[in-house]
Amino acid sequence: MAEASKMQISDEVAIQITGMNKWYGQFHVLRDINMTVQRGERIVICGPSGSGKSTLIRCINRLEEHQQGQIIVDGTELTNDLKNIDKVRSEVGMVFQHFNLFPHLTILENCTLAPIWVRKVPKKEAEETAMHFLRKVKIPEQANKYPGQLSGGQQQRVAIARSLCMKPRIMLFDEPTSALDPEMIKEVLDTMIQLAEEGMTMLCVTHEMGFAQAVANRVIFMDQGQIVEQNEPKEFFSNPKSDRTKLFLSQILGH
Amino acid sequence: MSETHAQTVTYVRDSMLPPAPPPVGERGAVKWLRENLFSSPLNIALTVLGVLIVWWLVSASLPWWLNSVWNASSLGQCREIVAASAGEGATGACWAMVRERWHQFIFGFYPPSEWWRPVLAFGLLFAALAPVLFAGQKRNLTLILGGVLAYLVVTLYLAGAPGVAFALSLLLVAGLLVVAQVAPGRLLWFTLIFPALCFWLLWGGSIWSPIVAMAGFGVLYAVFRFGSPFIGLAPAAGAGVVAAALWWLYIDHAIADRLQAALPFAIEAVRSDLFGGFLLAIVIGVTGIAFSLPIGILLALGRQSDMLIVKTLSVGFIEFIRGVPLITLLFTASLLLQYFLPPGTNFDIILRVIILVTFFAAAYLAEVIRGGLAALPRGQYEAADALGLDYWRAQRLIILPQALKISIPSIVSTFIGLFKDTTLVAFVGLMDPLKGVTQIVRADINWKGIYWEPYIFVGAIFFVICFGMSRYSMYLERKLKTDHR
Ligand SMILES: Nc1ncnc2c1ncn2[C@@H]1O[C@H](COP(=O)(O)OP(=O)(O)OP(=O)(O)O)[C@@H](O)[C@H]1O
Ligand SMILES: [Mg+2]
Repeated sequence: MAEASKMQISDEVAIQITGMNKWYGQFHVLRDINMTVQRGERIVICGPSGSGKSTLIRCINRLEEHQQGQIIVDGTELTNDLKNIDKVRSEVGMVFQHFNLFPHLTILENCTLAPIWVRKVPKKEAEETAMHFLRKVKIPEQANKYPGQLSGGQQQRVAIARSLCMKPRIMLFDEPTSALDPEMIKEVLDTMIQLAEEGMTMLCVTHEMGFAQAVANRVIFMDQGQIVEQNEPKEFFSNPKSDRTKLFLSQILGH
Repeated sequence: MSETHAQTVTYVRDSMLPPAPPPVGERGAVKWLRENLFSSPLNIALTVLGVLIVWWLVSASLPWWLNSVWNASSLGQCREIVAASAGEGATGACWAMVRERWHQFIFGFYPPSEWWRPVLAFGLLFAALAPVLFAGQKRNLTLILGGVLAYLVVTLYLAGAPGVAFALSLLLVAGLLVVAQVAPGRLLWFTLIFPALCFWLLWGGSIWSPIVAMAGFGVLYAVFRFGSPFIGLAPAAGAGVVAAALWWLYIDHAIADRLQAALPFAIEAVRSDLFGGFLLAIVIGVTGIAFSLPIGILLALGRQSDMLIVKTLSVGFIEFIRGVPLITLLFTASLLLQYFLPPGTNFDIILRVIILVTFFAAAYLAEVIRGGLAALPRGQYEAADALGLDYWRAQRLIILPQALKISIPSIVSTFIGLFKDTTLVAFVGLMDPLKGVTQIVRADINWKGIYWEPYIFVGAIFFVICFGMSRYSMYLERKLKTDHR
């Protein structure tokens, strides 16, 4: 499988970040980030709490603003230009740790809202697409319920379906399984693995090292706002180079 | 697993126990009494005290209610009837006053021959509210519209409406009933034109005045629509408001007059100083409620805005209006507005009061809604952003529905407060039902000295309306409850 998935990575650049810095007031959260993501890559980002992982992937769809350097997503540079931001956001899907479903709308409405209002898809068609993706995440029968009636794992799969309905070319995941009970983690990871096999470009902040080994083609380790080490998963886990990485891995795999 | 089970567990139940009734002391009325009224010495004392107070109130007022007199032509006659039937020194309510003067409590000095107009407007008010209150629910819409139809048949007949008006009104409501069956969503169009229709029905005069005034909103929309691609949403909206204001101040009258000259169509005009009673309270209350909500929402959003000017203006407005008593506003506004408007414009006193009451309620609503906005988790904003929804769409589709839902109880409280505050217009010389009308009734030699009855009557009507609002808000909360926590 590893061989097959490598084949899907193309030379086309999906995300290009160069010399990016970000501050929260005086606090330097992201320091000189440089990275290139090719289309079809599946990248896992890990690192200790507070290292800036969330901030980094939130910069990619401009939920956070960077102060220095350049972020180019799908050929569009993120600046203060609202048109560019909207363009990038409609091509980049994002899945949050706490799902962030809209509690006042049904599952189906959650999934059709953005296609109808942003992409101007007719309602009928948007509903068909939504049902397609809900079947894909294996919960078509919940379409008319409200988010509050679903389990955490089901909600997170709805959140994934909701993003997919916008037909994004890149998916960002910010710790999608860390708010879930152990028995629900697998169902969400299965959905993500399926997505990866279909060649979706994915950036995923997660501590699920099994997932990283099975799916990722690259693991990025961050600490104190910097990229400390990146490597293929096999090398990364079996032969970490920096001391920080070794310490981190021993803590998270050790027990 | 099952093996370990078999080894470690030595007891297995093989027949289930049948359910047993709870002991007597834990059942029904006895239990309820014990738990709620006699659970502790303090509770027992309070219960006894409560019973005594209720007993005292009832025994003091019951004769007064029981001796009520409905047929009399003056307070003196009432007292004679009470004395004759219940003996010397007995007291009794004199509802004959209500029977004789009810119309002043309802209409003020509105000309009796035109009573059918407020009556019709009141019925149509529900037809206009229905699509807002019960969006798309065919059954409720049909029920309300059917009720309106029945109400109009009876009241228009009683009020002696002219035949044409009678027929046209029924036709209109019947038409709405049909629309409700075919395309309930379209009913909102009636809601949109209702303000102009209502204004015309109540104040009368040329039909062109409200039509041309409504066209001002058309101007606003046109400027906004064609301006926004060039100068952006917010500036275009501002330009639209300015254009509409200019329209209303300078162009409106000229056009309406020309149209009236060319195609005359008018009903008898009724001056504002003839309005009174609940007609006045409802006109001010309903308009204030209808307009204060959107203004309050905009102010709440403005207060959260990143744009410094918008934010400062919103905060300034809210804090100023909230910091000043409504009565002060009512007093000064009747003077100040005259200064700011071009000389010669005779700005109607009711309109002035409506504007002030609306602003007052809007400032309170803004704070209530801000609370709702603040209660939403940040994740909702982020999810909306991440899906590519722009600011206004995110607000309209995601943020406001939830924020407003959270704030329903406080919003309705503000509305109820606004409605009761309409009685304060007595202080700028308008005939509110409580002070204005009651004073007029008491000025009559026949009813001089009557005290409790008008207040109880007016209070009861206020209570029914406010209680209705409160019930509706509870219905709405239940209906919108989707979190299933
Ligand atoms: N809005 C903010 N204002 C100020 N500081 C912030 C803000 N958001 C995050 N930070 C700080 O920036 C740093 C990086 O935060 P970030 O959320 O990116 O960490 P993370 O790597 O995702 O951590 P975790 O694994 O706990 O989610 C943290 O020290 C955090 O305290
Ligand atoms: Mg994080």
